[in-house]
Amino acid sequence: MTGWLTRHLQAMLFAAGRLTRAPLATGFTLLVIAIALTLPAAFGLVIASVRTATGDFASAVDVTVYFKQGVTLEKAQQLAQSARERSGVDRVTLVSADEALKSFREQSGFGAALDVLGDNPLPHALDIRPNSEATTPQQMEALRRYLAAWPEVELVQVDSEWVIRLNAILELLRRLVTGTAALLGVGVLAVIGNTIRLEIYNRRAEIEVTKLVGGSNAFVRRPFLYTGLFYGLLGAALAAVLLLIALHLLGAPVGRLAASYGSSFRLLSPGWREVGSLVGVGAALGMVGAWMATARHLARIEPRA
Amino acid sequence: MIRFDRATKRYPNGREALGAASFEISAGEMVFLTGRSGAGKSTILKLIALLERPTRGLVLVNGHNTSSLPARKIPAFRREIGVVFQDHRLLPERSLFDNVALPLYAAHAPLREIDKRARAALDQVGLLDRAASLPMELSVGEQQRVGIARAVVSKPKLIIADEPTGNLDPGLSLEIMDLFRRFNDVGATVVVATHDLDIVKASGLREIVVANGRVRDPGAEPELPHMEAHR
Repeated sequence: MTGWLTRHLQAMLFAAGRLTRAPLATGFTLLVIAIALTLPAAFGLVIASVRTATGDFASAVDVTVYFKQGVTLEKAQQLAQSARERSGVDRVTLVSADEALKSFREQSGFGAALDVLGDNPLPHALDIRPNSEATTPQQMEALRRYLAAWPEVELVQVDSEWVIRLNAILELLRRLVTGTAALLGVGVLAVIGNTIRLEIYNRRAEIEVTKLVGGSNAFVRRPFLYTGLFYGLLGAALAAVLLLIALHLLGAPVGRLAASYGSSFRLLSPGWREVGSLVGVGAALGMVGAWMATARHLARIEPRA
Repeated sequence: MIRFDRATKRYPNGREALGAASFEISAGEMVFLTGRSGAGKSTILKLIALLERPTRGLVLVNGHNTSSLPARKIPAFRREIGVVFQDHRLLPERSLFDNVALPLYAAHAPLREIDKRARAALDQVGLLDRAASLPMELSVGEQQRVGIARAVVSKPKLIIADEPTGNLDPGLSLEIMDLFRRFNDVGATVVVATHDLDIVKASGLREIVVANGRVRDPGAEPELPHMEAHR
């Protein structure tokens, strides 16, 4: 175990030493990797911020049923029970006319004007929330028709279209970000693979001698894998720093812009989990890129007399 | 220790570098391979170090049949052989210590063992006080001595050297040969390829002559006319 650790420690130190001996080249490579990792991470964070700001869209698809004037509270309660028993319905809340008026009085600021009216002009209503699995346009339309068919119902209001559209836009953006991340990930693999390839050819003589004196492929490969790992790790760490800097610069202006539209939208900062994931992805890309380069190029180098 | 039995090496371009060579070298022996450049000496060394495999015939080294040794066993096989080159092949960015210790690192020797044996090897070639120097800070002869230290550091049973005195003046050549003799005296089998026949004659040791890819025993056959050209 100690020998194994020593060998890895030696390879690690050797790889770190090689990187620090060429700081400019290492710096540029790290910057390219960092930018490639920062872009999808930033887009992902923006989407997460929008999702957080707009809440849970699947459960935001509510249906409001307004009864006709004159429908009694008892009848409304019976109909609410019928709605609860329908499949695909998660929750039904009966809002009585009195509750509606009280709420309107509190929220609208027209309390004094309402006092002028003799009777309560508001009907009883049902607030129906479908299951998250029952929010497709077809299912929503079926529910609307079912409710509208009750003779006591004046109006069925389904405010789901904007939610569906927004969800579709966010899903499209999410897929775009995933695709971009995949492409940039391949780019990172190519950058690391190419850097390792050049390193292998620069050290060709050393590799030949090492193999000649009995160095196994694993022994020769090990420092290159650590080099790839360091590129990935440090590139991802730099990406996290760039992301935090960008958030620091953009957070306040975005908040002010949102506030001017009456929104409390703000950009989310990455937590330890997000930073950890980013660094983990970077490390994995570094290792895979280095492995691919060494598998392809080291085997071609054999010692010569 | 080494046995060639009708070993033939033909390269992909069709050139036959060695034709049906048969000879044996016993354990603990020191032998010279002589012949002109391109005669086939280096091919024999390549076959011994398993840098090449024979096209036909048999090459046995340290009990291993090099024709059939699996690739995964080649590193361990090579660790039993110390190789010295004419151009010494030292790593220019590494200290003498690290150059000499390379076979021990490759063999995953413990660090304490690496330190002890690398220093001992450098001491044997008289360069212990230069352990931290870089190869470029040394003379050609000193660089060759470092190459020899690297070849012997893991105490191999077999040392092979390809023109180790090719770049050296006669005085330094004798010094290098003396080092090989010392390692041979303590039990290592040594095979030296050289075209410096003065050294061979002076040593009084066995000589295997290679000419046009054929191995000949000069004791059994008349000397080849072209060999005279070297002298």
